[in-house]
Amino acid sequence: MAQFMEGLLYSESHEFIRVEGEFGYIGISDYAQHALGNVVYVDMPDVDDEVTAGEEFGAVESVKAASDLISPVSGTVVEVNEALEDEPELLNKDAFANWIIKVQLSDPSELDNLMDAKAYEAFCENA
Amino acid sequence: MNNRLYGNLIFELSKEGRKGYSLPKNNFGNYEIPASMQRTEEAKLPECDELTVVRHYTNLSNNNFGVDTGFYPLGSCTMKYNPKINEEMAAQPQFQNLHPQQPADTVKGALALVKLLEQSLCELTGLAHFTFKPYAGAHGELTGLMTIDNYHRSRGDMQRKKVIVPDSAHGTNPASAAVCGLEIIEVKSLADGTVDFDDLQRLVSLEGANIAAMMMTNPNTLGLFETRIPEIAKLIHDCGGLMYYDGANLNPMLGACRPGDMGFDVMHINLHKTFSTPHGGGGPGSGPVGVREGLQEFFPVVSPYYGNYGVMMRAYAYILSLGREHVKEVGPLAVLNANYIKESLKDVYELPIDTICCHEFVFDGLKDKSTGVTTMDVAKRLLDYGYHAPTIYFPLLFHESLMVEPTENESKETLDGFIAVMRQIAEEAKTNPDLVKSAPHTTPIGRVDDVLAAKHPVTTWKVLKNEIL
Repeated sequence: MAQFMEGLLYSESHEFIRVEGEFGYIGISDYAQHALGNVVYVDMPDVDDEVTAGEEFGAVESVKAASDLISPVSGTVVEVNEALEDEPELLNKDAFANWIIKVQLSDPSELDNLMDAKAYEAFCENA
Repeated sequence: MNNRLYGNLIFELSKEGRKGYSLPKNNFGNYEIPASMQRTEEAKLPECDELTVVRHYTNLSNNNFGVDTGFYPLGSCTMKYNPKINEEMAAQPQFQNLHPQQPADTVKGALALVKLLEQSLCELTGLAHFTFKPYAGAHGELTGLMTIDNYHRSRGDMQRKKVIVPDSAHGTNPASAAVCGLEIIEVKSLADGTVDFDDLQRLVSLEGANIAAMMMTNPNTLGLFETRIPEIAKLIHDCGGLMYYDGANLNPMLGACRPGDMGFDVMHINLHKTFSTPHGGGGPGSGPVGVREGLQEFFPVVSPYYGNYGVMMRAYAYILSLGREHVKEVGPLAVLNANYIKESLKDVYELPIDTICCHEFVFDGLKDKSTGVTTMDVAKRLLDYGYHAPTIYFPLLFHESLMVEPTENESKETLDGFIAVMRQIAEEAKTNPDLVKSAPHTTPIGRVDDVLAAKHPVTTWKVLKNEIL
């Protein structure tokens, strides 16, 4: 069964963000990796790219489907998780530990639009 | 099913100097080939005797699974039987040996057949004209969208560059629109997979002046009939857009209703689905595009020739052999077969939308999810029982989609056999889940590593040889 980690914020398109100060680590939820199945490719932006809340910043391809990654916040990409280039299956092993991009937040108030673990779990149950 | 894998390449059978042919006497004298065009080394062709070649290809063909070998319930694909009379007609030397560059007055019969096929398709779809140039379904989509784009441009309506596509559509719809240089706007589906009319109204009120067309598949990708078509067509027409019909799911409508009467302006037909020409394995396909009166002048030139002519002959043979009275039975029988399977299995497979379907339906995996047996496992286990797997993990509206389309051709015995095996697999999932999870067991190749295949595709013999041998 899918895990719902406390302390993270979640979007309706199944991304999570772990906020540390002015930075946020963005990845896909455990529920999302379960639904996608075996991940074979992660399409990531470049460092210094701008991301916008609600807009696509990359894609995850699994053996079942390709799925856009939607950013939960706006900001600038300061780091990408390069390990995913060679080992996209890390998302299946531990989706929460293997964030995809690290972003410097430009508008922290956007975090108010996201769900906590409890609300996200309820959202997934009704999906 | 043949469970011995034949895996030789013709190159591995080659022996230097062995020949299965002799060239006829040269009656034309010798022509000098310019040095710049001459080979500098021998062509690397296999050298085999005729019997070796015959056995090689016969054995290769035995690795195949096709409609002629067994039940092929691949959803969204209409893998219907290809009657042999189609082949007989298309194999007539008067047609088969035509050359595309032959003067038109020597091929009047062939051209007449194109016209007759066009008239038949017009009658069946309610549209006024067809072009036969597109070579397959997605090529037809592109041709249809280019027609729409040409139409808007001709009126100086240059800003219409957006195409509305439902989120449940076939992936080719947004792909064709993008190739045509158009922008895609997605309209949401309701829980039953039909278009969310309120969301469509919202999109039209926002973007009305920019909308080139709306693309729809009816019945949709869940096999459900879009009941609000007249309202949708009116909404799109009132804002100046055109209605595009994706003919992928035309089969259940054949003889029952017509896209032209529903307000569609442009459509493509997959002759290799609805009209029983060979399908799968790369075709050859045929994706004729039909339009309502007045739009035919906007057909783009996508090919100098008439598409795959042999496929058109097969489709016309199919229409004539059914005739006006029997073509009407195609749709209803396809619908009956699909509903029969659906109703016979819905107590053990999860049916998310429990209603009368058209030609196909979608289960969301097994009803009992506690065993951990997935749709992928069920599909693999079906191979052990000699069935082609249904379409899996499409549409994306559910996590464990398993999409079945039996077509109108199958007998009740075949449908009952499939139902019994599907129930058997559901039972095995409870009593011996590992058996299902490790399937297939009786095929020449067992469970393939699709992750490795996706991450590290080996597409040529050369690559394989360099890596493994």
